[in-house]
Amino acid sequence: MSKTLFDKVWDSHVVRKIEGGPDVFFIDRHFIHEVTSPVAFLGLKSRGLKVLYPERTFATADHNTPTINQHLPVEDPLSANQLKALEDNSNEYGISHWGLGHQKNGIVHVVGPENGITFPGATIVCGDSHTSTHGAFGAIAFGIGTSEVEMVLSTQCIMQPKPKKMRINVNGQLGKGVTPKDVALYIISQLSTSGATGYFVEYAGDVFENMTMEGRMTVCNLSIEMGARGGMIAPDETTFAYLKDKPLSLKGAEWDKAVAYWKTLKTDADATFDKEISFNASDIEPMITYGTNPGMGIGISKHIPKAEQVEGGKATYKKSLDYMGYNENDSMIGKKVDYVFLGSCTNGRIEDFRAFASIVKGKKKADHVTAWLVPGSHEVEAKIKEEGILDIITEAGFSLRQPGCSACLAMNDDKVPAGKYAVSTSNRNFEGRQGPGSRTLLASPLVAAAAAVTGVVTDPRDLI
Amino acid sequence: MAYDKFNILTSTAVPLPLENVDTDQIIPARFLKATKREGFGDNLFRDWRYNSDNSLKEDFVLNNPIYSGKILVGGKNFGSGSSREHAAWAVYDYGFRCVVSSFFADIFKNNCLNIGVLPVQISPEFSEQIFEAIYDDPKTEIEVNLPAQTITILSTGAQESFEINSYKKENMLNGFDDIDYLQNIKGEIESFADGLLL
Repeated sequence: MSKTLFDKVWDSHVVRKIEGGPDVFFIDRHFIHEVTSPVAFLGLKSRGLKVLYPERTFATADHNTPTINQHLPVEDPLSANQLKALEDNSNEYGISHWGLGHQKNGIVHVVGPENGITFPGATIVCGDSHTSTHGAFGAIAFGIGTSEVEMVLSTQCIMQPKPKKMRINVNGQLGKGVTPKDVALYIISQLSTSGATGYFVEYAGDVFENMTMEGRMTVCNLSIEMGARGGMIAPDETTFAYLKDKPLSLKGAEWDKAVAYWKTLKTDADATFDKEISFNASDIEPMITYGTNPGMGIGISKHIPKAEQVEGGKATYKKSLDYMGYNENDSMIGKKVDYVFLGSCTNGRIEDFRAFASIVKGKKKADHVTAWLVPGSHEVEAKIKEEGILDIITEAGFSLRQPGCSACLAMNDDKVPAGKYAVSTSNRNFEGRQGPGSRTLLASPLVAAAAAVTGVVTDPRDLI
Repeated sequence: MAYDKFNILTSTAVPLPLENVDTDQIIPARFLKATKREGFGDNLFRDWRYNSDNSLKEDFVLNNPIYSGKILVGGKNFGSGSSREHAAWAVYDYGFRCVVSSFFADIFKNNCLNIGVLPVQISPEFSEQIFEAIYDDPKTEIEVNLPAQTITILSTGAQESFEINSYKKENMLNGFDDIDYLQNIKGEIESFADGLLL
């Protein structure tokens, strides 16, 4: 029977099917971090259970870590306590732990791929919804709750009904200044924040085939923002070239054997999807959001839609624009920007810093803008220095912080003050996401850079 | 963690007819620093319930004494966003046992089922009827019958059935969680793992 890529990976990980219920689903790789794992370990302890396969779980501290002075003790006692709990639990159960200060430390969805922990055909979970990032490698990867973290620790399985399947095709040539982030924000704006709920997405078409692995990660990362549990892209030579010789990738004959299998991970020509949607690359502009969910995005040259032009409740729409301090039909170009955040599991990789630097090179940061440039990992940080990007951004009046999730969810001190506007390369513009009362405009690293040097929302195509 | 069994729940309900209520509203990230499951109910809808000086926002429904009960009725796409189970814990710890919506985000729904909050998905039309009934009379009782898989507005008799898979239904009726099931088939899981390349 013909199968999709998703079917092939899913079906090969079903330990047992339950009549009228979920599948018992085996997990190859499990990432844990300090925020969603402590209660799972408490559960294990109270039940007297062990970790079944500690070598399949990887711990890194990222959500609740400072992005300056990481060599000093963490000041906030609650945060310090969470970090200690992750370290203690990892040590007690024999789990690899890349804590604060470790050279491999960084955002879980950045360090997993860059170390070769992620691989095609794998099933990957983490107590974090942006686990969908790893789908870029042709893995089934999705976020889980803490109860499920406990299940994976103790049995390496969770219980999941198989989602429906959707394919999103984007073909054609992307225009100047249009990045993978814009492709994703465009798709979400077309489908809405719940348009793919209940589905697992496969991204197909030449736009994704021509993307780098980092671009694919950005796209798959944002799958959750249209409601999908995850999104994936068939592995190809780009995938294999990225993974070859990564520290934890297979080597020699084992690598060759794995690649031979990974090459079979493609949707069969006559396989069918529950839903299939196609877009033209040429319709996509640099994007920016104007509201309080990631579906509220428009091309940067467009005006904010009127209430009657959008689906859904008018009261909810009005509440959202009121929160943002915007009006229907406003132009986004020229809107004041107070903060710029470059980073997160969505756009905290080296290509994102290269893109940012390409715009700010030879210019100066706008005086009133506070900019937080936060690499996704120490490896990204090292490349920023090696490639001379640090010199470019320093010359332009920016400084570099240390790795972590930072202002994406503002659990640490990187909080945007109430009422202030932040152009952010992260993934969510919910009310208060970047600090109580903060207002977030999601965009690509190019749009963020353009805002950082002009101090207002600016079309990056004017600066390229 | 064990939770109370769910059978038939009859209660007044709290209306929250906003769409896309996301997990950052249900529980903001800065309240996720605990290492134990304690105190999350106090921070449910924190920034909608409280001003920055911790005084109550009078216009938010949870601060309106007219509305109370163990059922929360939300708008479309309830629980979108993060995978934080803390959101479901906050709902449960505040005292809700059931969330009703015309559409749920996947991970939130899954988390609810795992911790003993019943997510009841109904049609948009029935959702409107429930909101109307509550606004007409905040003392209106809603009956959520898990064995029969029905939800009824007792004052009008209007009823709709809802879906839940038979495995999860059995778990909710008995207060079981998945980990009990998985522990019992560990041998099968280990044999499966032995056959994997990676």
